Amino acid sequence: MSAITLKVNGQSHTLDLDPATPLLYALSDDLELRGPKFGCGLGQCGACTVIVKGQAIRSCITPVRAVAGSEITTLEGIGTADKPHPIQRAFIEEQAAQCGFCVSGVIMTAKAFLDKHPRATEEEIRQALAGVLCRCFTGVRMLRAIHRAGQEMAR
Amino acid sequence: MKTLTPDARAALERAGFLRRDFLKGAGALIVGFSTGAIRTAHAQFGGPSPGSPPINQLDSWIAIAADGRVTAYSGKEELGQGISTAQAQLVAEELSVPFNRVNLIYCDTALTPDQAYTAGSQSHPANFNRNNLAQAGATAREALFRLASERLSVPVDQLTASDGVIRLKSDPSKALGYGQLVAGRRFNLQVDPNAKRKPTSEWTVLGKPVPRPDIPALVTGEFEFVHNVRVPGMLHGRVVRPPAVGATVMSVDEGSVKNLAGVVKVVVKKNFVGVVAEKPWQAIQAASQLKVTWSAGAGLPSHATFYAHMRTQPARDALAVDSKDVEQRLAAAATVLKATYLHPYQMHGSMGSSCAVADVEGEKATVWSPTQGVWYQKSTVAMLLGLKPENVHVIFRRGSGCYGLNGADTVTYDAAILSQAVGKPVRVQLSRKDEMAWENYGNAYVIDERAGLDAQGNIIAWDHESWSPTRGNRPGPGTPGNVVTGFLAGFSPQPFTPRSPASSPTAYNNNANAVPSYVAGNVGGRDQGTGTVKSERVLTHTIESPFWTGPLRSPNRLQNTFAHECFLDELAAHTKADPVEYRLRHLRDPRLIAVVNEVAKAANWEVRPSPKPATRKTGVVTGRGMASVLYEGDNGYSALVAEVEVNQDTGSVVVKRFVVCNDVGPVSNPDGLRNQIEGGALQGLSRALMEEVTWDDQKVTSFDWRTYHTLPLGFDVPKVEAVLLNRPDQEATGAGETSITVVAAALGNAIFDATGARIRQIPFTPERVKAALAARG
Ligand code: FES
Ligand code: FES
Repeated sequence: MSAITLKVNGQSHTLDLDPATPLLYALSDDLELRGPKFGCGLGQCGACTVIVKGQAIRSCITPVRAVAGSEITTLEGIGTADKPHPIQRAFIEEQAAQCGFCVSGVIMTAKAFLDKHPRATEEEIRQALAGVLCRCFTGVRMLRAIHRAGQEMAR
Repeated sequence: MKTLTPDARAALERAGFLRRDFLKGAGALIVGFSTGAIRTAHAQFGGPSPGSPPINQLDSWIAIAADGRVTAYSGKEELGQGISTAQAQLVAEELSVPFNRVNLIYCDTALTPDQAYTAGSQSHPANFNRNNLAQAGATAREALFRLASERLSVPVDQLTASDGVIRLKSDPSKALGYGQLVAGRRFNLQVDPNAKRKPTSEWTVLGKPVPRPDIPALVTGEFEFVHNVRVPGMLHGRVVRPPAVGATVMSVDEGSVKNLAGVVKVVVKKNFVGVVAEKPWQAIQAASQLKVTWSAGAGLPSHATFYAHMRTQPARDALAVDSKDVEQRLAAAATVLKATYLHPYQMHGSMGSSCAVADVEGEKATVWSPTQGVWYQKSTVAMLLGLKPENVHVIFRRGSGCYGLNGADTVTYDAAILSQAVGKPVRVQLSRKDEMAWENYGNAYVIDERAGLDAQGNIIAWDHESWSPTRGNRPGPGTPGNVVTGFLAGFSPQPFTPRSPASSPTAYNNNANAVPSYVAGNVGGRDQGTGTVKSERVLTHTIESPFWTGPLRSPNRLQNTFAHECFLDELAAHTKADPVEYRLRHLRDPRLIAVVNEVAKAANWEVRPSPKPATRKTGVVTGRGMASVLYEGDNGYSALVAEVEVNQDTGSVVVKRFVVCNDVGPVSNPDGLRNQIEGGALQGLSRALMEEVTWDDQKVTSFDWRTYHTLPLGFDVPKVEAVLLNRPDQEATGAGETSITVVAAALGNAIFDATGARIRQIPFTPERVKAALAARG
């Protein structure tokens, strides 16, 4: 165990952790954040995605030591139900969820991508999400919502 | 009630009171008396569980607080399918209150009535017709009118209600709010089976695309899944499953993890092994390092020859229909066609592995579970822990979408056993592998279809014979061994007894859609099916499965419909008839005919036989296929047209467009229904193209997303066009499993239309498509 400082959604937290602990556990158990989810723990599904230095990363296979000190953004960090991020707003408007378990990973992956590619086409968005799963298969609505948000963000 | 999570407590407080106190409390409001019985949903097990709020009491369903807020209690839970929104709409509609004034509480054994499982597309039939929640709403409305009529001394017919207020029609200033009328008391009334439901023509909330209130919380990370339940002092558990199917524990070396940080306890109960630690990562480390010596596995039948193996096993046989003349009619037919369809085991493969939290303290237990049957969890957790059922409190918390029996029940047992062993609350989330290697899979199937045609190509006899394996199921009352943890801890799965030959059918039941849509379904001298073919036999053989099995979205129905609807297409092609025209020729049910016609119209169906004339044998070709079903024989109509592109060089199949027409009776929430149709269509596509459980001679080998294949979010998503055939005058039916049921068949038919190659085995992998193309000559 050692003291690790994580900067999450603009706040610093010093935690006593095994430095090999995957970031996901620090976020969801030590910090009790509800955004990032454990889907597979293997880097295969995207449910645990958070943004570090502008990159979407899979927190289930990222040891905390690798991100100590870096700014980490989770789903909670980009907006709230009262003040949603444009992607979150588009998901609400399109009713783009079924169980909603994948949503955090989908939105965070989309956000990291749209931030870098504000004028992305539908096809490019689709490819950016090729490694993310939604087992409820809400793809029709989610892709529509992301595209809609992208257009708004590019304005 | 000390064990409520903050979210649960807030929900109750929002409702204006704590329920336990309320149900016990005095201050009954006696506004009339009614008798009669409402229909409940326990055919399978003969009545609600002990301890359930009485189904026939209005107070079990609806409470009105002094400030006029309405709380409704339901035994049908939100799994991501949108049913909580629809149920709140229903209550708002029957009571004439705004949607946001209704707080719905569901599936908590301390609070809500036992309505068996939330499964089988039964939530609408159970709660939206003249029964249960809907009828409670109507009863409450009538009671409120009677109260207002007494207080205002005017007859009921001079009153009108809106916005939670009853007014005199002639003088709207004479008004009484529900809160004033009820003043925090109970109704103390039986649910009246004759209370008048609001006519669909007057609906203002139901039937509208009311947005789901859970979505803002879901997309901002505020939503509490069962995975997010945290209770004070909670520890984390991890299970150690056997390395092979049938392996048993020889010894466990607790010393092997003694020195690891955070380890609290190693727990062994017969063949159940788990560890408890302070933190999840510590539990994971400990579980992976714990030295367990296991016996050899029981050995598994070869995956490569499994379908042939199925035909040779001792079976429990059943006849769904038998006109007893099928062989004769086939012998007399101008043509007899035969085909065999194969469907693999598939898995639920939930996005999040299953999770539960249990707090077992001495003689009492509280569990937070994503189970589809809280009352059966209550009785089976009690069995597993040796507690009295009345001392087990089960609180549903939403898990990842389950699509049936995923790891929800088994992980609840895991948490309960571990919590009992340490006397502290324990949270368990399964590893991806423990979820996928041990869940109750959707059934594999071998289906033989045979039909006789007359000289004009009309079907004159249809014979269906199938084999499918079973082991375990959802836990019902008394069967914790139906899922892996209960079994490892020493309980048996529900017994399987071979029985052959089958006796003659005595009642018509097409719950599994084993009876094709095109036959008469004659049992007891009455035609009860949807078709016209009089000579019919449907014989099913259930065999013992080496793996756990259980309901997976459209269980049995999808597999049977795949065979029936592809075979119908084969018959049409043989006769050189248009597949839609040929369907209609043999159908009798007007609503099934209507969805077939509507979907054909919406898809701009080109009338001609399949395959498409003058198809090239190489490169990319396109085609269209259709399939239809009356789900469960009585629970929702669906017809679907798929338009596909087949690359004949690579064998890849891409769907460009799905058009789906559904008739589910009166539509409660059109947007929610569309969401279910879209999700069902795409999930059906993934299952048809990619999904298959695999194994070697000892163990399952498809246990993560590299080894069990699924379409990702960003695949080439087809257009999905949903046509909703609203039937306000009919009973509400299920909607969550209709569209998925017809996808594989429509796809197989579209591939045939495009290429002339018939593919009869799911999944339609590129290799299988290429093999079918090569076989077409
Ligand atoms: S949970 Fe991290 S990729 Fe699946
Ligand atoms: S909405 Fe359920 S997994 Fe995506």
